[in-house]
Amino acid sequence: MNDGAPIEISFSHRQSAHCETGVLSNLISHHGLKISEAMVFGIGAGLFFGYFPFVRLNNLPLTAYRIATGGIMRRATKRLGVRLQWEKFKNPVKAMDALDRKLEAGIPVGCRTGAYWLSYFPRRYRFHFNMHNVVAIGKNNGSYRISDPVLPEPVDCPAEDLVKARFAKGIMAPKGRMYHVAEMPQSADFEKGVRKGIKEVCRSMLSVPAPFIGTKGIRYLAKKIERWPRKLDDRSAALHLGQIIRMQEEIGTGGAGFRFIYAAFLQEAAPILNRPELIDLSAQMTEIGDRWRDFAVIGARICKKRASEMESYAALSDILRSCADLEELLFRKLDGLVRR
Amino acid sequence: MKKEDVPQDPGFSNGIPEISYAVDERGRYSLVSSRGWEPKTVANEQAWEVIDEKTREQIRLVEAGKRSPLAYHMTRNLMDVGLLASYAGLSRWRVRRHLKPKAFNKLPAEIKARYAEIFGISMASLHEVPKATDSNPNE
Repeated sequence: MNDGAPIEISFSHRQSAHCETGVLSNLISHHGLKISEAMVFGIGAGLFFGYFPFVRLNNLPLTAYRIATGGIMRRATKRLGVRLQWEKFKNPVKAMDALDRKLEAGIPVGCRTGAYWLSYFPRRYRFHFNMHNVVAIGKNNGSYRISDPVLPEPVDCPAEDLVKARFAKGIMAPKGRMYHVAEMPQSADFEKGVRKGIKEVCRSMLSVPAPFIGTKGIRYLAKKIERWPRKLDDRSAALHLGQIIRMQEEIGTGGAGFRFIYAAFLQEAAPILNRPELIDLSAQMTEIGDRWRDFAVIGARICKKRASEMESYAALSDILRSCADLEELLFRKLDGLVRR
Repeated sequence: MKKEDVPQDPGFSNGIPEISYAVDERGRYSLVSSRGWEPKTVANEQAWEVIDEKTREQIRLVEAGKRSPLAYHMTRNLMDVGLLASYAGLSRWRVRRHLKPKAFNKLPAEIKARYAEIFGISMASLHEVPKATDSNPNE
């Protein structure tokens, strides 16, 4: 980590809702193919629902609104014909040297990091989450210039923090992983990518043979929530509920558990597939997102013990069931539309 | 969500303005900055209450002489024995022993330095814990 002349790559930083899609859309755009975050999310088939009571996060069940981290990047790059060159390291010094070489060559570098060690986040945002993506775009005076897509502007990150973050330990340890765009397509086939992305989301939302995934999974959660007041004490039920709201609305979803980003994607997809019906489906997705937001509003009131009599766990189940019904209908239409 | 409905509630301290996706009056999507949303803040604060309570519990145990300061620093850094062990490059069994005051006090400086480095604090601070009566042990 010797300190050479300051480097600052001219990189257009666009704040995004989500780190993985934000980094990829910024990187691909930097290499000449202008693409929005929503488009990356859609082609990468990011939308999902899963309720996994047997997977515990802080001793509470895991709820997922997007596919496993890393999956969006893998699918979107493949479908667009972009090749990312990945490297991983055992030795932190070598990892930082390799990063410096790339920056010196004027190449912006994506890094997998543990968010806990990134001191530019306020303390209350920092958890041991090891799949946070950022782009290194420069270096000056022992500190790196970082384009973190969830922040409004690029920030400076002390080298010692970045080392720690790149070598965070625990589940899905990043092991210094970094990547850069190695090859760009002559011309990207958006139509095919969009079609494949939509098909895949329809499949995971409609026909995965597991009760806790897709629209079935939403109904499964509805059934569980109904029972919480009987099965759990007040405090524990509130914690279970709070965890769902956090997964749905936490930094990086763009609102309503990625439903709004997906609606934005459908809107953008309409002219690409030349299917004006997609505009209507986008509006329907927005309405579904609004239902998910209602769920969070009422849920938070219950957590705070500020709920009225009508705002019960049973009422939350009803909202979820209507989300499940509406999403099922929507994905069936969408599936029919891309197959024709 | 409509653009004008994007919530701008004060979030918790030093909140980051985040991106929300919302539609304009013609139904077109755009990215809107949001300063925070009350339901989200409620859920996040609830999660932190649990962490704060755990941290306070560790401080009480340290004060009672039942746990070493390492137990406090581990909890404050949202770690469990497994995670701390992998950072320190030690076995879980040894880390668990170091959570006891007796074993902790006998630790060689080299191991203590390793722990201090992980938490990003000085060797002196590694021996310190705040008062249990502090309202917010995690600030």
